[in-house]
Amino acid sequence: MIEIIAGKYNYWIYISLMMIGFYAMIAKGNLIKKIVGLNIFQTAVFLFYISMAVREGSTAPILLSRAHGALTPETATYTNPLPHVLILTAIVVGVSVTAVALALAIKIYRAYGTLDEYRIAKLEQDAE
Amino acid sequence: MVIDFILLFFVVVCAVASVSMKDLLGSVMILGAYSLLMALLWTRYNSVDVAFTEAAVGAGITTVLLIAALSRTFRHEEDPEKPGQSIFPWLTRIARLIPLGVVMLTGAVLIYGTLDMPNFSDPAAPANLHVAPYYIEKSVPETGSINFVTAILASYRGYDTLGEVTVIFTAGICVLILLRRRFHG
Repeated sequence: MIEIIAGKYNYWIYISLMMIGFYAMIAKGNLIKKIVGLNIFQTAVFLFYISMAVREGSTAPILLSRAHGALTPETATYTNPLPHVLILTAIVVGVSVTAVALALAIKIYRAYGTLDEYRIAKLEQDAE
Repeated sequence: MVIDFILLFFVVVCAVASVSMKDLLGSVMILGAYSLLMALLWTRYNSVDVAFTEAAVGAGITTVLLIAALSRTFRHEEDPEKPGQSIFPWLTRIARLIPLGVVMLTGAVLIYGTLDMPNFSDPAAPANLHVAPYYIEKSVPETGSINFVTAILASYRGYDTLGEVTVIFTAGICVLILLRRRFHG
């Protein structure tokens, strides 16, 4: 039991972060708040990926020294670089998503004068 | 180890504060602090390139975008008072608890999923054994870059980066089309 907690508590913290973002996305009425929640959710997923790359006693994935490492570096010395690459791409894509979502929010505000989804739904109902 | 735990604690505190704040500008500021703490945490996890990108793009550009959007809209979150009155007030009260239930359920399923995962920082984790050793051993002789992340990003997975650029281009066009103001006479 203690072993499971010691080995996995990191993952559980990431999951709680992810759920905080998820809650903001589905429970908050304000559209900007939803986008903030989306950002928190994204970062929690990134954190999860990055943590999977960590190897006990390893260092950053940059060659320590050409002479020392010769031409075949020791794999166990370095952190797994592959998740880093995937997340580098994902961060930039995440910002693009945020930008488009915010543009949509501004457009909605111009049309309805509010960012609260219940008020928007009410205005839609009244217009019918 | 202790530093990791303190950072994780503050990250969670920032996330809760950012979500629960009524003042949206404050919420966005705390989100910036959250991103910066996340970058620190990633430096602790040896992913220096990702931490750098997060500090510049996540904490920088995202915060600027959010503040720019706030300056064009409304700074405060509206009251949760729902305009539509219900015939049964207790039904709306229960309906407000549904998101919490969904979140709890999803979290429980995810935690159940982690029980099968390798422990944190396990060197024998399957994710570290498949293709990663190849990249670490071959990237210097094959690409000449001493930074393995750069080698993979620009060479082995170059098409990923091309796709990323396509996404940014599409997003830029979307924002331009959405925010264009039409003048009718």
